[in-house]
Amino acid sequence: MFLDDLIIVKHQGKQFIKDLTKASLPEIFRGIPQISDKAINAQELIDFCPTAAILLNKNKLAIDLGKCAFCGDCQMQFPNKITFTNQYKMATNNRDSLMVYQGESKEIKVEASLIRKEIQSIFNRSLKLRQVSAGGDNGNELELGACGNVNFDMGRYGIEFTASPRHADGIVVTGPITENMVEALQIAFEAVPEPRLFILVGVDAISGGIFAESTALKRDFLNKVHIDLYVPGNPIHPLTFINGILELTRKKYRR
Amino acid sequence: MKAQNQYIKLKNGSPILTADIPVLSYNDFRVQTIKLLLDFDKAHCSNYFAIPKGIGFQLIVIIAADVNHDFLVFSHQLLSIETALESLTQDHFAFHIFEREIHENFNIQFLNHPWLKPVRFAHNRADQSKQIANYPFYHFDSTEMHEVSVGPIHAGIIEPGHFKFSCHGETVKHLEIQLGWQHRGIETLMLHKKTDLQRTLLAESITADSAIAHTLAFVTAMESLSQIKVDANLNLERTIALELERLAIHTGDLCGMCTDVAYQLGSSVFNALRTPIINFTQRWCGNRFGKGLIRIGGTHYPLKEGLKSDLILVLNEFESRFVEMAEKTFNIPSVIKRFDGIGIISKINVGLLGCVGMVAKTVGYKRDIRLSHPFGYYKTVEFEPKTCISGDVMARGFLRYQEALQSIQLIKTMLELHKSELVSSKPDYKVVLNPNSICVSATEGWRGEIIHTALTDQNGQLEWYKIKDPSMHNWKALELSLRNIEISDFPINNKSYDLSYSGHDL
Ligand code: SF4
Repeated sequence: MFLDDLIIVKHQGKQFIKDLTKASLPEIFRGIPQISDKAINAQELIDFCPTAAILLNKNKLAIDLGKCAFCGDCQMQFPNKITFTNQYKMATNNRDSLMVYQGESKEIKVEASLIRKEIQSIFNRSLKLRQVSAGGDNGNELELGACGNVNFDMGRYGIEFTASPRHADGIVVTGPITENMVEALQIAFEAVPEPRLFILVGVDAISGGIFAESTALKRDFLNKVHIDLYVPGNPIHPLTFINGILELTRKKYRR
Repeated sequence: MKAQNQYIKLKNGSPILTADIPVLSYNDFRVQTIKLLLDFDKAHCSNYFAIPKGIGFQLIVIIAADVNHDFLVFSHQLLSIETALESLTQDHFAFHIFEREIHENFNIQFLNHPWLKPVRFAHNRADQSKQIANYPFYHFDSTEMHEVSVGPIHAGIIEPGHFKFSCHGETVKHLEIQLGWQHRGIETLMLHKKTDLQRTLLAESITADSAIAHTLAFVTAMESLSQIKVDANLNLERTIALELERLAIHTGDLCGMCTDVAYQLGSSVFNALRTPIINFTQRWCGNRFGKGLIRIGGTHYPLKEGLKSDLILVLNEFESRFVEMAEKTFNIPSVIKRFDGIGIISKINVGLLGCVGMVAKTVGYKRDIRLSHPFGYYKTVEFEPKTCISGDVMARGFLRYQEALQSIQLIKTMLELHKSELVSSKPDYKVVLNPNSICVSATEGWRGEIIHTALTDQNGQLEWYKIKDPSMHNWKALELSLRNIEISDFPINNKSYDLSYSGHDL
């Protein structure tokens, strides 16, 4: 009996990704986009985007990755104007840096100067997070779950999800924050001992995404908290999340 | 004659004029509904909803005739909200959730409904004084019973729901599940959004674990209302994506079930096995859940030759590892002990509740849209659903194993039929819909039947959009499965159903 277990283990082979900071994703993956200088009808492009993520700023087009649902349709409809790269490292603590402007090859990272001091000293060896889904569509939830699986194995860094907010060092929010969930979210957040992190995962959490104007949401809670990390994606890729957390809490991973 | 045939037959994804839906007196409506649903093997209620019409409401029922590929549709025009209606639930329990929904949204009164409680505390509910924090839970007035409340936030990375167990010692006597926490107002947004791409993104976000199945139902409705014909090759690609979704989620659920019974090897292996499947989907369309792949009228991501050979390799490699692990899992005593005979839902209860998809199939009903109301590729083949009979955790696990193998076979067959050299059209971002029409579009997601019903007004604008996730029917089955079993068996039961919160709450 024990022998069949060993055979199964052998057949499965090694599944884990050795270096999560250097792993690469297929080219088709939609990470940070680039906007070329090609002449197009800007208004048409702006109107085309389903989540109003594309805007015109001083005659230059920009994509707000906090609003972008990464549908990729703009790059198909306006080829050579917008090109998504497979750069998945795009988590940041600076909401403004999620703006990608025309003509730039953007690097998005956690900015050291914006990290609260206590974060680095307390959470740099072990970090326990409590996830709260507030209207999430189960995509980000599944990807956060995948962060701990045998492929990504986030646990190797001492980073894990925990059941009780009392045992947690921070809250990870998915979903656009529904009116029906906002109270539970607030209670969970307050139950986390200080200092505590607050992390928004996925386009829905960051901006409301495709639900932004829905009257079923209640997002004013966000005005009352300090947001430590924005993780763009729809859903996020595990590598985006893990690298973002590492950059936030550990100096040696910072770019 | 007339009394016998007061419905219109609709095929999956074929529109008709809304005016052609027969309007019956409530008494005839009720009698006919009950009569059509007498034989659980032959028909079930797929959806029942109200639409504001004139000064009142039109109540539309969609009955799936499971043997002859038809949806039977008929309606009642309710002229005044003051008129209370005898509830259908008292004769056929499957209507309980639909009448609750209609009552919550519009304050239509149903007499003799066992409990007209709120369904999801929708943002536009008729009675805004009802608050999600004050849900009227059933309560035993007993000094021997105690209550255990769980949620809305659960001990894991999952969606929220509030579960209240009424227990006698360790034994659950009653479980009541309160949902609505995930409510985002999707049906309203479907009408308010301006572009087809926005609506497509909404469909993709109903619940990401069924993004393909829901988006397919949506685009089929839009295509049929605008007479867009989809070529056979694109149909194959969409169906391959749908079966890949089933394969990935079933595998992930087997991992979850092993985790919940502390079978570490199964948990790790099934978890790792899900990855190559969703990574293939990512190589195909850039997203592990297939978001971006399904679009109205065409595709941006044709299944090219290289992808096809890639997929065959992935499947072959997957299959041997998967079978080896599944055979081990379903034969190991420590797993059998926790799966076998636990959380039984009886066939009669499944029939009464009108459950669909996996839950129906685990007690032996062949209730599967791929067979009963075929779409796309399934129109061209004889599809035979897998079934079990025991209705317990074991059946829900084993059915996943069998369906996963079936999906692999289906995909391989479809890959042979698919011709990479044929180029499908590009998506259509501005479709013109037929005016005054209704279309019922159904797909079989991995949980069960997904029904999208679209109605247009005289200008061809969407007038109403109704989404039904299979979880709408099936949550009640989980509640009943818990009766008279130990509360410690709740997690494995919940996982074995893996119902959708976001799909239910919308
Ligand atoms: S990929 Fe982002 S920017 Fe482009 S259309 Fe989609 S949501 Fe808008």
